[in-house]
Amino acid sequence: MIKKNTPQERRIILKHADDPKYSNKIGCYLKNNGYSMLKKAFKMKPEEIGEEVLKSGVRGRGGAGFPAGMKWKFLDRKSGKPIYLICNADESEPGTFKDRQIMHKDPHQLIEGMMIAAYAIGAKQAFIYIRAEFFKGAHILEEAIAEAKEKNFCGDKILGSSYSCDLVVHRGAGAYICGEETGLIESLEGKRPNPRIKPPYFPAVLGLYQCPTIVNNVETLCNVKHVLEIGGEEFAKIGKPNNTGTRIWCVSGQVQKPGYYEFECGALTLGEMIYDVCGGLLPGRTLKAVIPGGSSSKILRADERFSGKLKDGSDFDWGIEDIPLDFDGPASVGSMSGSGGIIIMDDTVDMVEAMANINAFYAHESCGQCTPCREGSLWMKKITKRMCEGDARHEDADLLLSVANQIEGRTICAFGEAAAWPTQSFIAKFRNEFEEKAKNGKNKPSLQLI
Amino acid sequence: MSSNGNSSMVTINLDGKEVDVPAGINIIEAAAIHGTEVPHYCYHPQLSVAGNCRMCLVEMGTPMRDRGTGEAILDKDGVQKIGWIPKPVIGCGTNVSPGMHVKTNSSMVTGSQEGIMEFLLVNHPLDCPICDQAGECRLQEFATDYGRGYSRYVERKNVKPKRTKLGPRVTLDDERCILCSRCIRFCQEVVDDDVLGFVDRGSFSTLTCFPGKELSNNYSLNTVDLCPVGALTSSDFRFKMRVWFLKESPSICTESSAGSNILVSSREGEIYRITPRRNDSVNDSWMTDSGRELYKQVKSDDRIITPSIDGESSTLADAISSASELLKDKKLAIVGSCRSTVEEQYLLTKLARNFKGKKFLRGHFGDDDGILLASDRTPNLRGALATGFSAKYPSDQLSDLSRALSKGQFDTLLVMGEDILDSGVTRDDLKGIKVVYLGTHRNETSALANVLIPTLTSFEKTGSFINRTFRLQSFKQAVPGPAGLLPDLHILASLINSLSEEVKQSADLAQIWKQLSKSATSIFHKLSFSSIPSEGFQLDGKKWSELDFVEKKALHFLPANQLQEA
Repeated sequence: MIKKNTPQERRIILKHADDPKYSNKIGCYLKNNGYSMLKKAFKMKPEEIGEEVLKSGVRGRGGAGFPAGMKWKFLDRKSGKPIYLICNADESEPGTFKDRQIMHKDPHQLIEGMMIAAYAIGAKQAFIYIRAEFFKGAHILEEAIAEAKEKNFCGDKILGSSYSCDLVVHRGAGAYICGEETGLIESLEGKRPNPRIKPPYFPAVLGLYQCPTIVNNVETLCNVKHVLEIGGEEFAKIGKPNNTGTRIWCVSGQVQKPGYYEFECGALTLGEMIYDVCGGLLPGRTLKAVIPGGSSSKILRADERFSGKLKDGSDFDWGIEDIPLDFDGPASVGSMSGSGGIIIMDDTVDMVEAMANINAFYAHESCGQCTPCREGSLWMKKITKRMCEGDARHEDADLLLSVANQIEGRTICAFGEAAAWPTQSFIAKFRNEFEEKAKNGKNKPSLQLI
Repeated sequence: MSSNGNSSMVTINLDGKEVDVPAGINIIEAAAIHGTEVPHYCYHPQLSVAGNCRMCLVEMGTPMRDRGTGEAILDKDGVQKIGWIPKPVIGCGTNVSPGMHVKTNSSMVTGSQEGIMEFLLVNHPLDCPICDQAGECRLQEFATDYGRGYSRYVERKNVKPKRTKLGPRVTLDDERCILCSRCIRFCQEVVDDDVLGFVDRGSFSTLTCFPGKELSNNYSLNTVDLCPVGALTSSDFRFKMRVWFLKESPSICTESSAGSNILVSSREGEIYRITPRRNDSVNDSWMTDSGRELYKQVKSDDRIITPSIDGESSTLADAISSASELLKDKKLAIVGSCRSTVEEQYLLTKLARNFKGKKFLRGHFGDDDGILLASDRTPNLRGALATGFSAKYPSDQLSDLSRALSKGQFDTLLVMGEDILDSGVTRDDLKGIKVVYLGTHRNETSALANVLIPTLTSFEKTGSFINRTFRLQSFKQAVPGPAGLLPDLHILASLINSLSEEVKQSADLAQIWKQLSKSATSIFHKLSFSSIPSEGFQLDGKKWSELDFVEKKALHFLPANQLQEA
């Protein structure tokens, strides 16, 4: 199973991150050729930059994987209203910790990427919306922005040009839903982060303050700088077609060396990640399951076989170790690469307890705006909690699945799917454990229905 | 598949049938036009779309077109294919478009509805037996129509605050709340009094007033009407009556010239509450809290229920004949009221003509709230103008009358329910003057009356008013008046008829309207009482456009002189 050639990381975004001589100060960044891409950008027309980003095929790193260049194209430029750029730094998906590394260790890379993006879309005001818990990250970013402003890399008349764009850090108040872009916008406007209905509130048309707005993830915006550095077409050669660039994978769970690893898309398989890169499982353990893209993605069972047709028409027949780590790999086995948070579970994990843990998170984080997610997520939490406390019933697995099915596809935002997919996949793949709980539990009978 | 000739209409396919609907409306409204109910909680036609209850989920598809060329994609029969959206969409937030296909009863839709109903009830206390909303509760109705009929929920329910006083008139039970946000949107969008909001999150979200605020605006009870469940209840109506016992009579609010359309709910002759009746040209679906209190005047302690002559109780017939004796061949002044109905004002005008009385009209004015409480605090000032009772705009002071009285120009007064002593007429002015008073409630003037004839409130009689936009609106008797009393029209007709044998004035509304509508120059020309539609009839008030009406810009109203600017 262990291959001879350990796949090598290709660090683009995190190139300097763990260099002990590298600091997050602007002097260090400039020594490493920092802000040269911003200077290059200012010699280009904004739409040329957009064209390069489109050519690069760079897909959003926040979870949905939507092509960033395409997102920019949707921007409503005819309305005459101001355009806003927002960096989504509300990294909250359980199992994900990549943006934090960028912001802590190389904040100027993000600022440079943002300023290029802001110039490309014509934004005069940009925001970094950072989650409340990243207080250190917010502090670092604020210092970095002050340094960049002093050197005229952002703020008034950037680099002596006629273009000005202010950049501010806005801290959230501690809610996962603020990572949803319309929820984020509401929060930024000072309201409860209730996601907006789409249509009509597509951020590119009716975003912040009802103005056209682009919301991109931290890693995505950093990529903009590198797209410009090597050109869209060259960038598109990194990784695989439709899965361009590198990705930072965040591996957590029961492996020897959990952590963040940056690889070209598709450069390695899940098995290589677990056994070669992360040093394998803990001694004496066997692999039980993997959640490939943050807690909301569907779980994969270790002994499953996945087969079907890829987008290019070729057949595949994979075990869990064979799944390529890119956007399309986890998607073709019915899950998703999401935010890149790979959670490894070995045979010591009780799947009902894991489910209860995930359900508790989603019940706690549902904004409560729309009915299915609000009531369904708490209901699922209550069921799994009860099951873990010894009151499982044999019908609980079916009930959980039914509740999840009643949420999926019926909510305002994608939180409904995020809450439903774990339950659906846990029941589909580990139903036996849920039923086992009922056998061992007190098995309280259900209420008599009249 | 494309829209038909009329550009303001589009053709959609609703549950397999091609139907025409106005362009730009949403699926809920479009389906309603064709008799199909799309159940909903958070959507309200007069509030912004929130899309949060998810009860109105329907299946929707649009005609397929090639993304590159824009050409229609046809199936093998040459019919344009429909691209069905794989997930259900909200009917409230989806507007119709030409060729749109909508299914309101497919298994995807009924499955969604069952799911939503179950979710709405899992943390609901199900305390219908003690809930005021029972009988007019959307949860009850839709649970019956669209729910599964049983619950799979065995966990503990959430506990939330009960019996919270949100303000002087509204009580909140948070456990019943389904978080539809109608009340919040109403306060923000209609009243511009942003006091309500949610705290906490997820299933623990709780409706509350912001710290230091209370729901005390004069429209707070509309939140109770808007609440589709029993979360917001009227502190006044709470626990008073089961709604299924109530008889609902359409009526008109008499609080001001706004003329809000209302429903009077009564049981066995007693009124329990007043709620607004939707009229998109007048009051939308709203009314003031103060207007809802008016039913209390029916049973109030100062109600006049016995006729009297010189302070002694009498029969109604005796009181009418002594009144007519008093009025005959005298120097008579008549004080009319903007609170009388169109028909009463018409008869009073005729009475004044026959008895050769001089007419005075008294107005009542206050602050305009810009919504439904107009500065003109009477329902029918324009009726007094239209019936010819008064040609000039009334004031709240009767200084002309006071002056004339002090000069001895009159020796007899007929007063229609107005307290002339609080409007510039002094007790000195009334020395030696005989007063005939027709009214519903006691006041200083009625206390001085030589003949006191009780009349009926607008809840107890039938008639019509003309509101601030010159809209003629009729109302019907909701409850019987006090025993032995007659409508004002009968009294006025009897007085007119008492003058001579030859005059035969009918008190019948149809007859009065025949007289009213006879003249070709009358704004009532060709109208009859029974022909006034339930939503009212717009009259042409141009004739009075020179008058300086007091109303300010308000809901569905612009002063005539500002119409052109707007």
